[in-house]
Amino acid sequence: MTSATRATPPLDRQTLTEGLWKENPVFVMMLGLCPALAVSNTAANALAMGLASTFVLLGSSLLISLLRNFIPKQVRIASYIIIIATFVTAVDYIIHALSLELYNALGAFIQLIVVNCAILGRAEAYASKHPVRHSLVNGFGMGAGFTLALVMVGAVREVLGFGSLFGVSLFGDQFQPWAVFILPPGGFFVLSLWLVLFALVAKRRAVKEVRHGT
Amino acid sequence: MAPDSLAYIFLNAFLVNNFVLALFLGLCPFMGVSGKIKTAAPMGAAVMFVMLVASTCAFGINHLLVRFDIEYLRLIAYIAVIASAVQLVEMTIKKLSPTLFRMLGIFLPLITTNCAILGMALFQTFLEYSFVQSLVYSLGAGAGFSLALLLMAGMREKLDLADMPDTCMGAAAALMIAGLLSLAFMGFAGLGG
Repeated sequence: MTSATRATPPLDRQTLTEGLWKENPVFVMMLGLCPALAVSNTAANALAMGLASTFVLLGSSLLISLLRNFIPKQVRIASYIIIIATFVTAVDYIIHALSLELYNALGAFIQLIVVNCAILGRAEAYASKHPVRHSLVNGFGMGAGFTLALVMVGAVREVLGFGSLFGVSLFGDQFQPWAVFILPPGGFFVLSLWLVLFALVAKRRAVKEVRHGT
Repeated sequence: MAPDSLAYIFLNAFLVNNFVLALFLGLCPFMGVSGKIKTAAPMGAAVMFVMLVASTCAFGINHLLVRFDIEYLRLIAYIAVIASAVQLVEMTIKKLSPTLFRMLGIFLPLITTNCAILGMALFQTFLEYSFVQSLVYSLGAGAGFSLALLLMAGMREKLDLADMPDTCMGAAAALMIAGLLSLAFMGFAGLGG
């Protein structure tokens, strides 16, 4: 209600890129961890999950942004969830129709996109306050960031656990798979190692800046 | 044990396929409120209660949906039920203990988006459990969630005092511990056969 009168910020690159890296849903905000870890045992599964989530994110952003002046404040969360659930049901049936193999690999986690807090978080924090164009661009950025994070985790797990990347064998027959990385603990370990790596890079950059006197 | 015996179903949800550590469900509250045992315990209890309510309702709803051949509404119906159950818990806690209500903060309404609960409701439907089996399953799942939360909280309380490289602090350390816990829980894999 207040959102319509508020001045809208210009549609700049920030709107798109903030979700990609600076506010990456998985690595920075720690949202949507469940699908990020559960279906990231191969890069292909991770990519499919990321794309499905992006679709839901775009669809729900569009609808919520369109309806943002009509949804009463008291029941907004419930309304958002219902909107998201509608798109997830659609995705569920689409994937089922397109590839049964993928559908079985992702299992219940397609339906569990509904409770991906990254999507609800976007609806509450962005789409409900911004015009349609902004919401779509921002949703796309967030979706891309989510997909990127998933593929980064998935790729490492697949390389270590299966010795392949997107199903292409990398090391030949001699490779001894490091099985723990495709099992549940591996998901935790890989995400944790990525976070440590980012922290190291950030720290090194900060030290450098201090040294240059900026 | 037979795979459809109640003890097997409970152990399966509680330990072998622990919702948090083996199935990656409910990680957000797991990471969010596992800092202190004092908040972890009531959170576990709240999730357990919501799970029981959700399981009961989901069982009834699924029967109705199948009867009228509108299964495509399952997801929407389940999530609506869970949201209402969470609202109920929220009001109860607010009335009984305002301190606890403030401590749990944003994570209380976020139980709605706790994938462990929706996951439990969906799994019990896929597995075609009977009513009693569903109840036992949800009890096991809730107990498993609480167990993981408490174990994690105990360790993180100790970890606060440990001397660690500062790049590994926070989320990275918590995830590493969760990984080790998950590794430990894999030891239960043969249990119940």
